[in-house]
Amino acid sequence: MTKALVLVEFKGTSIKKASLEAIHALASQGVEVDAIAFGPDAAAGKDAGAKAAGGQGAKNLFIANNDDLKFYQADVYAGTIAAQFKSGGYDILAGSASTTAKDLFPTLAARLDAGIAPDCVEVKVDGGSLSAKRPMLAGKYFATLKFKAFPAVVTIRPNAIGVGADSGNAAAASDLAPSGDIKSKTVELSGGGNSSRPDLAEADRIISAGRAIKASENFKIIEECADVIGAAVGASRAAVDAGMAPHSMQVGQTGKTVNPSLYIACGISGAIQHLAGMKTSKIIVAINTDPDAPIYQKADYGAVGDLFEVVPALKEEFKKLLSAG
Amino acid sequence: MKIAVLVKQTPDTETKAKLGGSGLDTTGVKFILNPYDEFAVEEAIQLRDKNSGEATVVSLGPDRVVEAMRTALAMGCDNGIHVKVSDDDLAKFDSFAVAKALAESIKDKGFDLILCGKQAIDDDALAVPQMVAEFLGLPRATVVTKLSIEGGKAKASRAVEGGAEEVIEFATPAVVAAHKGLNTPRYASLPGIMKAKQKKIDVVEASSLGVTADTAKVTYENFELPPEKAAGKVFKGEPAELAKQIVEHLRNEAKVI
Repeated sequence: MTKALVLVEFKGTSIKKASLEAIHALASQGVEVDAIAFGPDAAAGKDAGAKAAGGQGAKNLFIANNDDLKFYQADVYAGTIAAQFKSGGYDILAGSASTTAKDLFPTLAARLDAGIAPDCVEVKVDGGSLSAKRPMLAGKYFATLKFKAFPAVVTIRPNAIGVGADSGNAAAASDLAPSGDIKSKTVELSGGGNSSRPDLAEADRIISAGRAIKASENFKIIEECADVIGAAVGASRAAVDAGMAPHSMQVGQTGKTVNPSLYIACGISGAIQHLAGMKTSKIIVAINTDPDAPIYQKADYGAVGDLFEVVPALKEEFKKLLSAG
Repeated sequence: MKIAVLVKQTPDTETKAKLGGSGLDTTGVKFILNPYDEFAVEEAIQLRDKNSGEATVVSLGPDRVVEAMRTALAMGCDNGIHVKVSDDDLAKFDSFAVAKALAESIKDKGFDLILCGKQAIDDDALAVPQMVAEFLGLPRATVVTKLSIEGGKAKASRAVEGGAEEVIEFATPAVVAAHKGLNTPRYASLPGIMKAKQKKIDVVEASSLGVTADTAKVTYENFELPPEKAAGKVFKGEPAELAKQIVEHLRNEAKVI
């Protein structure tokens, strides 16, 4: 039977949905899945984590924790995962295409003498091999890769595959000793804005603004609307280059690639580079004063109007709808 | 300080995808120096100027990639290593094979620092820098927005989710993958462009480093364009009416709220 080790990440003491999607993607194809997690949040969330991971089909949840692991430590993650992968006889290493996995998994692929398929939107395990579909040129086209042999290392794009119904089973949780020499040590984590808002790359709903927002303080209008529906806030490159938003908010080919169920583009004309970063969104809404803006060609719903008038009205409508249930 | 900068030639961000048998049909495609690699090149030049030494630009690909190398040389790199593979072979190289060849090409050459862009904008894998570091047994930092190096000790800031930053400490030699914000890349000057033509580029066949298409761990099976979206509905009217229409459709038709 094909065996997979899946890196699961915690936000607070819960496993992130994107990590559960990675378990589901493999367990639902009959792969025997174990999960592995790191750090104090995982240790504190052990029981809830075992239920959530087990609910998606994981058999075991291994948790490694020590003082260094209050921060992400690439060398410890890599050392511990590589040791577990080899001793456990796994075929596949998987995780969500998170900031952590994007940094970590290439190191592990090289260490395990394996190839890597990053940021996949489909994964198929079939007869001793794995094939995966992934976006190229920021989603302008897709490539399907096939591993010549196991081991295979794969990361899965958040919101691409989804989670399954919770089976009610819990994974068996156990502690694992961290290993690996630290060559690059994370010593500090600083900054970060409103942590109650979801991460852009994993968000299920996103509201973005372009240069038409005119000033960074005007993002307040977008944020207020976003908070009503639990959305993350993004920006176009034009807005970022004009200094209205930090690069960490940029959606597009030289920013973040996003894949939400709902993407609302406010005052964004729709340059090819921006479209590349968000066009796999399930539903796209465009709000723009220019009825000929290219964004309308990708939008499911368009509203021709001024974002300064339409977004506050939209916030009120969302409030009404959600308070009505 | 001896610095290697690993760069990739990529299609321009304006490129519209047309597909051929082995992926993107590159006929008529304009190629550029990968935008993230510009930050790596700039950092290499600044560190070279500050500490003396040399900056070597390294790129893997067919002859066309020399153009991207010349851009780096025109910006100020001193010399280059062209790791040559044919167009056909390049289509079969995965991140593993590319990283292996690049690592072999710079191994045992006394580089104190290896700089790269954090990702190439064509395959967006974010894999080669970490793989090169692993093959060479070196410490690494990725998505780096700040870097300081003093007496063999390096400190880097790395951008993570939500605008937060991790601070990483490591010893050199090391691999550092640059992110936007690390510096402001210079434009190549006209004298720089003229001088670049004279700078030496060593050519080494990837196969002579023991890396061929067989080294790759994955094969590319299929390429496809994303499905075209049907035209959407466009609403016109007063702001309150527009908002109402959008929310009604999101709830009742799209069912995403």
